[in-house]
Amino acid sequence: MRAAVIRFPGSNCDQDCHHVLREFGFATDYLWHKEESAAGYDLIVLPGGFSYGDYLRCGAIARFSPVMKSIIEQANRGVPVLGICNGFQILCESGLLPGALIRNRDMHFICEHVRLRVENTANSFLCGSEVGRVLQVPIAHGEGNYTADGDTLKALNAEGRVLLRYCDAAGRITPEANPNGAMENIAGICNQRRNVFGLMPHPERACDGALLSTDGRVIFESLLVALGESRAA
Amino acid sequence: MKAKVIVMPKHSILDPQGVAVREAMRHHGMPGVKSVRMGKMIEVEVDGADEGKMHEICRDLLSNPVIEDYQLVLEK
Repeated sequence: MRAAVIRFPGSNCDQDCHHVLREFGFATDYLWHKEESAAGYDLIVLPGGFSYGDYLRCGAIARFSPVMKSIIEQANRGVPVLGICNGFQILCESGLLPGALIRNRDMHFICEHVRLRVENTANSFLCGSEVGRVLQVPIAHGEGNYTADGDTLKALNAEGRVLLRYCDAAGRITPEANPNGAMENIAGICNQRRNVFGLMPHPERACDGALLSTDGRVIFESLLVALGESRAA
Repeated sequence: MKAKVIVMPKHSILDPQGVAVREAMRHHGMPGVKSVRMGKMIEVEVDGADEGKMHEICRDLLSNPVIEDYQLVLEK
């Protein structure tokens, strides 16, 4: 399995993603944002960070990086694309995912472990989990407040495209469990084809026993299973 | 050509920055302040660009139509 971790100026979770992907057995390359092609990979990861210093809007300038054109082509061909934190923001800015991430409700940068409820497993990213499972994964962002218009929210819900919501330890979706004001506690969504997944939490920071939680592993384990099946088919 | 682009959060979108500044203004002796909304203004100087192209750039880059509205003011 080959994976690419895209590096923009200002990416800062690229090494964490690279490390975890290699641990899971992916032959992983870094791909500089000026590369013209992201072809030939089984998985493309847009890591967290502050691409272009978050100038203008988070992800707004990264979206026009040369490599993005190729990533959009690969996504449209069905290649799984995983956008974490700033990667999620870039996916929204590029139109691969609907909606936008705006400033957190309370204005603060939040860096803490949160609980996430798995909402849907009919996708390559969470097929190894179960609906209702509660994951503990850290967040670290100032702009993670998911916002979309009513029609978009309706479509996301109707099509089972909200994959993760912020919840409490018992799995309840409550306003208190919502760290950033995201609409309907949305923490992660996928596209209609279900191969592009963006989430604000950092699963790559919850893969090692030394780091408080290993609940992020299920995303990479799911990808390995799903990619193995699609290769065998 | 000189242009000013004013980008504002849509009325339907919560503006956490505006809310925080509104609260600060209330604490600074202006209890009657009802609403504050914050956007940004971008000044552009450009040779030989047409208005249509400027609108395209306002839509695609300078604002995000999901959450923001823009106003383009051209200066002769």
